[in-house]
Amino acid sequence: MPERNFTIPIGPQHPALKEPESFNVTLQGEKIVGMNVRLGYNHRGIEKACEERTFVQDVYLIERVCGICSHSHSTCFVQAVEEIAGLEVPKRGLYIRTLVAELERVHSHLLWLGVAGHEIGFDTLLMYTWRDREVVMDLLALLTGNRVHYGMNTIGGVRRDITAEQIPQILAAVDTLEERTKYYAQVATQEMTIIKRLSGVGVLSHEDAKHLGAVGPTARASAVDRDVRRDDPYAAYGALSFNVVTDNHNDVYGRTLVRVGELMEAYKLIRQIVANLPGGPIAVKAPRKIPAGEALSRYEAPRGEDIHYVRANGTDKPERVKIRAPTLANVQVVAHMLKDRYLADLPIVIAAIDPCFSCTDRAIRVRSDVDAMPETMSWPALRAQSIDWYRQQGIDFTQLNRTFMKK
Amino acid sequence: MIRPGKMILQVLQSLFQKPATTRYPFVKAPMPKGFRGKLRFTSERCIGCRACMRDCPAAAITIRKVGEKKFEAEIDLARCISCAQCVDSCPRDALEATPEFELAQLDPTKLKVVFHANLADVEDEPATKT
Repeated sequence: MPERNFTIPIGPQHPALKEPESFNVTLQGEKIVGMNVRLGYNHRGIEKACEERTFVQDVYLIERVCGICSHSHSTCFVQAVEEIAGLEVPKRGLYIRTLVAELERVHSHLLWLGVAGHEIGFDTLLMYTWRDREVVMDLLALLTGNRVHYGMNTIGGVRRDITAEQIPQILAAVDTLEERTKYYAQVATQEMTIIKRLSGVGVLSHEDAKHLGAVGPTARASAVDRDVRRDDPYAAYGALSFNVVTDNHNDVYGRTLVRVGELMEAYKLIRQIVANLPGGPIAVKAPRKIPAGEALSRYEAPRGEDIHYVRANGTDKPERVKIRAPTLANVQVVAHMLKDRYLADLPIVIAAIDPCFSCTDRAIRVRSDVDAMPETMSWPALRAQSIDWYRQQGIDFTQLNRTFMKK
Repeated sequence: MIRPGKMILQVLQSLFQKPATTRYPFVKAPMPKGFRGKLRFTSERCIGCRACMRDCPAAAITIRKVGEKKFEAEIDLARCISCAQCVDSCPRDALEATPEFELAQLDPTKLKVVFHANLADVEDEPATKT
């Protein structure tokens, strides 16, 4: 019997996926011979929405790009705006920003460890890491006023100060977390099932990681020594000492070790920040109208390098905001890592880049030879086309539009 | 030592410990001081500058003039994202965030909360009550 290739669609709606995205996997038996990743099912139009809101409102909108690394995106954005406006953020503001950033890294990596455990059927790990993650979530709620969207950043600094009573609470929480992380490091390096299941899975060689432009722990597990915190220090990282954790396992096991190592570095950083917290104000007053200019800001989010580009035109609204979430840099690596591997490795290899598909979803255009659309469309043309398209589907918005126009 | 069942001791120990979860609807989780929950509006302090309306990212707050130097606020809890930027924007501390977080409603009309101005005692109340 001749061998046949067949293609199975995984997603956009699939029980194994937490977010809508589509993987078209071509299989030969159990082996993956080709893979097609398609994003675009979670497009929220955030970049366009930013242009319609003021800079102050955009900080909160940008924060909602991601539910896990919310502080990463808002910091990246405010850094760009501060650069355009020429604002000098007070040192205490920068330290508090860095403290929240590291606490966020702790909660994100603990979350990942649990998810990775779940994907390989080790749900005990999921239950215990997520129980311990509550410690850092509660700490974030105490410091910032919310568990997820901290709302800590504002243009020119941070919104809340760290009080003297909070410092012992931070240190106590970090002690608990450090002890637990040491235990998880032991589990990861000594539990046979984890080592057997993760070693040699999702292999990404050092050259390929560089060539495909992987970022964050995915790249660092392939011995790519790259970290924005050290290479291009922002916030208070220039004044703090820490190690960039790398590993040369090149597989999912290496990525686990890198993340556990980064957790330990994060505790070290938090202790340094708390010990050296400078006095003074936490923010400077920002003008409502940001002078014309443009800036590119880089930030090492828990998932990798996050890039924001902001262009201001002298009004209180940005002219353009561009977000490159770390998952976009890592997502093409997944297809490469899964080539000639078994289908059963797919969930853990996708989970190992710690994907966040909603964050990464920007406007994309699928190239097709069939419809000869012009390369760019003007707003009126786009509007006319959408009205026309809906009319073909039997939906007429004319009446509705008129009502809105009257308002 | 590399072996399977590394976490088994932890699991067995948990059998004799209190559960990590709480019986939530019966046992309420206390929110930390400064938690950003439902907003509270104090009409006496409002000067009607509408800085909160201008800065709200979700257009959740509406300030209406109901009398001479009297303002009422309507907060749409379905829109509010609990960022408390309005609290920061307010020059007179008329708005504050409370730790109340259980805001779900079966009836969507109840999600619109109106903080009425005290119209009855216009003469009695000093204008700069804090």
